[in-house]
Amino acid sequence: MIKKEITIELAKGLEARPVAVFVQTASQYESQIIVEYREKRVNAKSIMGMMSLGIAQGEKVVVAADGPDEAEAIAGVQKYLTSRE
Amino acid sequence: MARKYVTLAEVAEKLGYTNLTPTVDLTKVKVYHRSINRPAFQLAGFYDYFDTKRIQVVGRAENEYLKTLTFEERVERVEKMFSYKFPGIILARGIQPPPEILNIALKYDIPVLSTDHSTALVIVEIIRWINEQLAETTSLHGVLVDVFGEGILITGASGIGKSETAIELVKRGHRLVADDVIEVLKIGEDLLMGKAPELTRHLVELRGIGVVDIKSLYGVESVMEFSPINMIINLEEWDGQSNYDRLGLNEDYTDILGVKVVSHTIPIRPGRNLAIIIETAAVNNRQKNMGYNAAQALCDRVSEEIHKHKEDLENGVEQDEEEE
Repeated sequence: MIKKEITIELAKGLEARPVAVFVQTASQYESQIIVEYREKRVNAKSIMGMMSLGIAQGEKVVVAADGPDEAEAIAGVQKYLTSRE
Repeated sequence: MARKYVTLAEVAEKLGYTNLTPTVDLTKVKVYHRSINRPAFQLAGFYDYFDTKRIQVVGRAENEYLKTLTFEERVERVEKMFSYKFPGIILARGIQPPPEILNIALKYDIPVLSTDHSTALVIVEIIRWINEQLAETTSLHGVLVDVFGEGILITGASGIGKSETAIELVKRGHRLVADDVIEVLKIGEDLLMGKAPELTRHLVELRGIGVVDIKSLYGVESVMEFSPINMIINLEEWDGQSNYDRLGLNEDYTDILGVKVVSHTIPIRPGRNLAIIIETAAVNNRQKNMGYNAAQALCDRVSEEIHKHKEDLENGVEQDEEEE
């Protein structure tokens, strides 16, 4: 399992549309991916779960990936969260 | 296929108008134009832009105006108008033409019809009926079902389960309009009406069983003659690569005869209950038309929450202090 703290750089934060893209990105990996934010733990592949967080630009989350492609999964998720769109 | 004209005989029969010039054969009079003209300007002597392809509708204004003229003037004005040769003239409000006017009509071989209907009603019924007859048409492959009053067109490759889904919807209390071939009529600018060809009306082909008659099996309450097409549900084999709509914020549309119809692609996988999915899509579409969009409401709530979190961040509140 790999854990990594990531600061969100998406201009509008994780609004509805960015969440949809994020979940799509996370769903490409086989590993289980968990996003931790303000003491909540949410499955990164769950659209409603991710939507319920309301993460703003500049906030920090901890992403944990566990599975055969965990390194790629963390890298892929980080790439999206730190893109500025 | 779309018709190019209607005959005045059909107009008279469908709308119940009386022919005051029975010697003129109405079945030979073709009307190509979808609108009408009230000939007040022409009777007053102004003939620029006189569209002679239109049916002329005479109401109280024209009739009262003609009464203010002398006999000679009246004959001259009416004769001039008839010399332009239009398809026919309809007198509303039961107006009875004097013999001299009927003689002019017969001289030019132009039919005069009469009705008790008000002038406004005559205009509306003629335009509506002719437009319906001359509407653009096309034919589509799929199944048309009325679900909670929404006309749902189910499309997808052959053998994917369109007919089975339609029967399940019928068993849940909805109504079948057409299976396999749907005749579509465009009414006005944005309404599509679908119906079945008469020969196959209310029949469904079920693979392995054959043709079944929904109306005789499940009764009149399970079928409809025609229905608007409000939404398209396209059934597709589940494809792990495609990204199916997760939020419903963006609407996809399919163009049918120039009308944009909301479309959803539903991936098929064992265990998915298509009838319930379609019922939900139908009622959700109705709710959107009533002014509430659940996806948009969620979107707004999330944005509001993000805004609060952003303010916390700017005010230096620690992330974990905020926890409720």
